[in-house]
Amino acid sequence: MFYRENGQFKTSYQQDQQIFPITQDRVGVLLLVAFAFIGVPLLADEYMLRAILIPFLILALAALGVNVLVGYCGQISLGSGAFMAVGAYAAYNFFVRIEGMPLIPAILMGGVFATLVGMFFGIPSLRVKGLYLAVATLAAQFFCDWAFLRIKWFTNDSASGTASVADLQVFGFPIDTPFQKYMFCLSFLVVFGLLAKNLVRGAIGREWMAIRDMDVAAAVIGIRPMYAKLSAFAVSSFIVGVAGALWAFVYLGSWEPAAFSVERSFQLLFMVILGGMGSVMGSFFGAAFIIILPILINLFLPVLGAWLGVSVDTATTSHAEQIIFGALIVWFLIVEPHGLARLWSVGKQRLRLWPFPH
Amino acid sequence: MGFFLETLFGGLMAGMLYSLVALGFVLIFKASGVFNFAQGAMVLFAALAMARFSEWIPIYLGIDNFVLMNLLAFVGAALVMFVVAWSVEFLVLRHLVNQEGTTLLMATLGITYFLDGVGQSIFGSDIYKIDVGMPKEPLMLFESTFDGGIMINQEDLVAAVIAAVLVALLSVFFQKTTTGRALRAVADDHQAAQSIGIPLNRIWVVVWCVAGVVALVAGMIWGSKLGVQFSLSTVALRALPVVILGGLTSVPGAIIGGLIIGVGEKLSEVFLGPYVGGGIEIWFAYVLALGFLLIRPQGLFGEKIIDRV
Repeated sequence: MFYRENGQFKTSYQQDQQIFPITQDRVGVLLLVAFAFIGVPLLADEYMLRAILIPFLILALAALGVNVLVGYCGQISLGSGAFMAVGAYAAYNFFVRIEGMPLIPAILMGGVFATLVGMFFGIPSLRVKGLYLAVATLAAQFFCDWAFLRIKWFTNDSASGTASVADLQVFGFPIDTPFQKYMFCLSFLVVFGLLAKNLVRGAIGREWMAIRDMDVAAAVIGIRPMYAKLSAFAVSSFIVGVAGALWAFVYLGSWEPAAFSVERSFQLLFMVILGGMGSVMGSFFGAAFIIILPILINLFLPVLGAWLGVSVDTATTSHAEQIIFGALIVWFLIVEPHGLARLWSVGKQRLRLWPFPH
Repeated sequence: MGFFLETLFGGLMAGMLYSLVALGFVLIFKASGVFNFAQGAMVLFAALAMARFSEWIPIYLGIDNFVLMNLLAFVGAALVMFVVAWSVEFLVLRHLVNQEGTTLLMATLGITYFLDGVGQSIFGSDIYKIDVGMPKEPLMLFESTFDGGIMINQEDLVAAVIAAVLVALLSVFFQKTTTGRALRAVADDHQAAQSIGIPLNRIWVVVWCVAGVVALVAGMIWGSKLGVQFSLSTVALRALPVVILGGLTSVPGAIIGGLIIGVGEKLSEVFLGPYVGGGIEIWFAYVLALGFLLIRPQGLFGEKIIDRV
């Protein structure tokens, strides 16, 4: 009844080409962003911010980057963890080695370096496709794992191989408490989310989607595969690199290469596939799902165990967590192979007709 | 020269072991188009079952005979793998027919988590040993030709022979039996196979069973070498470059790819590693495979990829 575009006439091209052409969508997104900036900090306690919301924001950003590559351009990548690592370590080196380097440019430089590395490892995509490419991108993952572990220069020659940062501040404001960290990450996510949404509806996004749907046909109608694929790798690894820098600087504070292992790559791919390939909103859903699921399982298993009269120790919990996680993923893929974003769009379609049957 | 040959042989032996794991990937991909990431988890699961059965059988059944005990444990573990294969087909694959390759890949990742969790809750998560009586002492060869000769691990040699026998058996199975022919037909073209009356579901169960047995053999050999523990499931990641190097659809490719990767890894680690700080085995294998892919995008022996619009 309320979600209708009836009567919203577009009288200029500008109106027709807005990011959110439907007024209700526009208002809804504005309300959501306002709620994220004002409502959430008021409602959430410190634990909630630190353990759930901050990781969610950063990994949602990373998933957004992966979605550009996997969901929009159709190039499966298992090297996202490596691009996060490149972003983190490049930002770290800029931040530590250059005196007085501000935080935001350091993080963005991390993204730039991740872009370069991503484009380099994207070159095989011009020749190798599909599952072969997925495995080939693992080369990036293992190479970066090795490089950040063995080459001491990257970790500023620290004895333990751990990189750490302290005293983060932006324009004189410290980034220290969970609340400040939350705001900082949220700002990044909003900016990059809007940028990505804009990119994928523009010419370049259409080129990516054409390559994804049928690369030979796309080449025939005049889309340059090299330009399209490498630009997807570039944009994707930039976003992923920035997310990596945030993950290291803001969430972890001090980290080792294991923080960006192949597990992370799989996790990001899970987010994209469960959330919905080729959907900005889907990346957010996927990230939320993957982050909240283990926490919920951890929370409810001991309760369930006590209820059934079985004592549950940590080893059992972690195994049960694996079992439930695996089973849920398979179940979800069977029930909704197009991801949570599909449920979202089906829901919107229903809302359009509601309360009438047709 | 002696040292070089020793490294080379070591690489060939390691390569055979990689091929064993890679074989499981290829079998399943050929028959069902599923890139089975769970192969590593299957190796771990089978090895855990085997290790625990050979521990439990003397206790509960009172059988002390070494050969009989191991044989029973092997059969028991194989039965467990059949159950796994059947459940995978019945609970997962059947519902995902006609989905995209990525979705199937993700589903097998889900199976990986599931199997890891189930295996460790049933069989425990400590380090177990499998003792099938593999000879442990090293063997010296060519002592007259080279100064000091070449040292070869007998265990590796036995493992390589087992792998070779397994491959020979599999090729006989594929070439000579009715089921094998049906499997090859399904691998060629699902729809055509189905239209001449080959039951796809049963074929998938069979091929997952075969992959399960291959995983069991791989798990047995790796397990008796390194001990059965969680890290065994990462062996899949070591075997992936083998699969793409050899081609996803080729059994000989898995063997030859395994040998190339094994030799490449060992030689690079020994002769290149010291200059860059060591530990380069893992990524070198991937870069090597990537190098081959750039020349032949479908792998060495894979079917030529033809793009049609």
